[in-house]
Amino acid sequence: MNRIVTGAHYGLRDWLAQRITAVIITLYSIILGAALLGAKPITYGMWRDFFAHGWMRVATLLFAISLAWHAWVGMRDVLMDYIKPTGLRLFLEIGTILVLAGYVAWTIQILWR
Amino acid sequence: MTTSAPAKRERPKYLNLPALLFEIRLPLPGKVSILHRVSGVLLFFPFAAWLLYALDRSLTSEQDFAQVQAYLRLPLVKLGLLVFIWAFCHHLCAGVRFLFLDLDKGIDLKAARVSAALVLAVSLLMTAFFAVKLW
Repeated sequence: MNRIVTGAHYGLRDWLAQRITAVIITLYSIILGAALLGAKPITYGMWRDFFAHGWMRVATLLFAISLAWHAWVGMRDVLMDYIKPTGLRLFLEIGTILVLAGYVAWTIQILWR
Repeated sequence: MTTSAPAKRERPKYLNLPALLFEIRLPLPGKVSILHRVSGVLLFFPFAAWLLYALDRSLTSEQDFAQVQAYLRLPLVKLGLLVFIWAFCHHLCAGVRFLFLDLDKGIDLKAARVSAALVLAVSLLMTAFFAVKLW
């Protein structure tokens, strides 16, 4: 097979990971959305305590990691379709990874401060 | 110069932005697909960064929380939130549809068109629901 450095889909892993992370993101979003819609008005104390629960921190971190992984596969697919020069594509892929890693680090900082 | 060549042939048409926007008319499943991409990119940036910033501030202190609440009440910010909500709902609904297609469910033309229309309609209805909640 003719492999290039900014290519993908040489296996099933990314495709499957994107779908598994999609299900995790969906479940977390629906549960969080329902909880927020059901609890109005929200005070600062409620909000802080909600994100202080150990299970909520872990669930939110798993959500953030799933989101980052999912977005990586998706963004790379988009870049592979529309950005043809290899150098520019690699540059944008690295940028995407840095932004996503930054999001996850930021999430950890918010949750455990 | 005169030529006796056959009548001028239609030149091949290459993909470019004006052609994509105004000339090529995608079928409904195509529209759902491209909007899935557009909404996905928007969620990656700027919406994820924007919401993380709001979450960060809202968990910093009582005053910051109040400031975020006031910020989220500004009409322009609500409009931005609504775009986020649409992007999220469309990406979610279209994603669920793709998962079913992956499982070979609803792949004949008629079902695919119906489910595409359903995705567009349901995500707009969900956006309308949240718009009412926001205002």
